[in-house]
Amino acid sequence: MIEVTDVVKQFGGFRAVDGATLRIKTGSITGLVGPNGAGKTTLFNVIAGALPPTSGRVRMDNEDITGLAPHVLFHKGLLRTFQIAHEFSSMTCRENLMMVPGHQSGETLWNAWFGRARIEQEEATLLKKADEVLEFLTISHLKDEKAGNLSGGQKKLLELGRTMMVDAKIVFLDEVGAGVNRTLLNTIGDAILRLNKERGYTFCMIEHDMDFIGRLCDPVIVMAEGRVLAEGTIDDIKANEQVIEAYLGTGLKNKAANA
Amino acid sequence: MIDFLNALVVLANFVLVPAIAYGSQLALGALGVTLIYGILRFSNFAHGDTMAMGTMGVIFATWWLQSLGVSFGPLPTALLALPFGIAFAIALTLGTDRLVYRFYRAQRAKPVILVIVSMGVMFIYNGLTRFIIGPGDQRFSDGERFIISAREFKQMTGLREGLAIKTTQGITLVTAIIVVIVLFWFLNRTRTGKSMRAYSDNEDLALLSGISPERVVMVTWLIVAALATIAGTLYGLDKSFKPFTYFQLLLPIFAAAIVGGLGNPLGAIAGGYLIAFSEVGITYAWKKVLRYLLPENLEPSTLMQLLGVEYKFAVSFALLVVVLLFRPTGIFKGKSV
Ligand SMILES: Nc1ncnc2c1ncn2[C@@H]1O[C@H](COP(=O)(O)OP(=O)(O)OP(=O)(O)O)[C@@H](O)[C@H]1O
Ligand SMILES: [Mg+2]
Repeated sequence: MIEVTDVVKQFGGFRAVDGATLRIKTGSITGLVGPNGAGKTTLFNVIAGALPPTSGRVRMDNEDITGLAPHVLFHKGLLRTFQIAHEFSSMTCRENLMMVPGHQSGETLWNAWFGRARIEQEEATLLKKADEVLEFLTISHLKDEKAGNLSGGQKKLLELGRTMMVDAKIVFLDEVGAGVNRTLLNTIGDAILRLNKERGYTFCMIEHDMDFIGRLCDPVIVMAEGRVLAEGTIDDIKANEQVIEAYLGTGLKNKAANA
Repeated sequence: MIDFLNALVVLANFVLVPAIAYGSQLALGALGVTLIYGILRFSNFAHGDTMAMGTMGVIFATWWLQSLGVSFGPLPTALLALPFGIAFAIALTLGTDRLVYRFYRAQRAKPVILVIVSMGVMFIYNGLTRFIIGPGDQRFSDGERFIISAREFKQMTGLREGLAIKTTQGITLVTAIIVVIVLFWFLNRTRTGKSMRAYSDNEDLALLSGISPERVVMVTWLIVAALATIAGTLYGLDKSFKPFTYFQLLLPIFAAAIVGGLGNPLGAIAGGYLIAFSEVGITYAWKKVLRYLLPENLEPSTLMQLLGVEYKFAVSFALLVVVLLFRPTGIFKGKSV
């Protein structure tokens, strides 16, 4: 379980996240929605250790993980993808995926020279796994392509693929579905459901496509202007007046000021 | 025909052989600069003085070995002393990183700030070297001086011109080839090497893939210290060791790294040779070569030297400016500067 308590992230004088408090239950696929600029990505950055929060705490399974570096969180089983896909552009897709499990026995220089047999065995396992993931994501034909040459949607798939290379506990997905065509979107949706059911991954996903959210997520959390506005099932959310207003852009603050 | 051969020998003797040796030294130096740029993301102005420090370590170890009566036969004792110098340089760079750079990394300091910091480190290394070993010239090469001397070559071939290849020039080339092969094997075949490349390619993603930045940084300093010591020692054996000269080497080394494409190891090597050949070629008096090639009445009356040797640094500088104007990422597409 992830518990976010009163997290504030300030850029200069601007509060991108303004006292957000929320919980992500173990085993759930939690949706995070909200208008553009609501602070969703910034909140992900704080949780995943890319940005230190101005104030507030983040806990994972009752352990305080506030401000821990991303590679430390990785080894605790917390992974994330980027809204704007990242990749090791000069490496092939397969190599990109094979980079993921951080360090294993290849770790020491000693091993690099003298433990070749074991490393080769590990590499073979990794390679097999990478190929399975690529197959699963329907991009096996791209395995030897340099990741820098992929299209935007393909890069998104590769991002998702990264999270499948290790046994993660919780994965934060930042708009994995954006820019991906319908058929592929269904594939991604299936992948997420399967990882959740078969491998016990907890997901928290930012998404703008309400149908996609509706199909996968329960509960759904709505953010607006850096705060959590509402939480509930997709139907609750759709019926929530405040949420509709936030999306229509009346702005909460105006309303508060008028009241 | 004989004239042509003579011209070729003169060319080899005064241009090819020295430029290949000098180019190998620059290439090793530029590799160090380019690795730091690719991974720690700043231009390390202290690199020339890191070379000087490492070489100083090698010199002391050489003297010590010589005092024990150890020698390496026809090869310079300094080669045996290399591991000591490298160990010293590693201690130095890791110590500096711990004391200085790590602080700025934790602050996520901008590259410009790190460059200025590295200048401070440069002045300190520079002062330390002069304080410990003195500002003067040190010769520390021993063993056989030539693989082949001009006289032997003339006797062997019967040509009028001689070709001399110094032992140090041969060693430089062989060592450089070995070092480059090992380095590329490391970067492309080992997991640590691959994670260094990954880190250089996309730092955020590397962290997210569980790669520890401190480890990558540490391994980088290890490699850079070794490269700097080897480059400095080869240069010192070939020419001589003088702290100020090493400081001056910074310009051609940076020129090599930038011309080749900063952050790109292949580029550093290409850049090293390109700078060396340009520098030697442009400051060489071509009269002697042309004398053999042209008919007698066309024999040049001047030395046919484009620039005096004292202007050799201008060559690196000019090349640098031209490349930055027309191809800012360098020949091999490094990161843009
Ligand atoms: N590094 C930064 N420096 C300054 N402002 C920032 C920074 N990162 C984000 N912001 C601002 O914080 C606000 C929230 O941005 P964020 O990316 O978190 O929104 P989001 O909810 O992910 O929006 P979208 O749905 O468009 O992705 C925006 O107004 C943005 O301009
Ligand atoms: Mg976003």
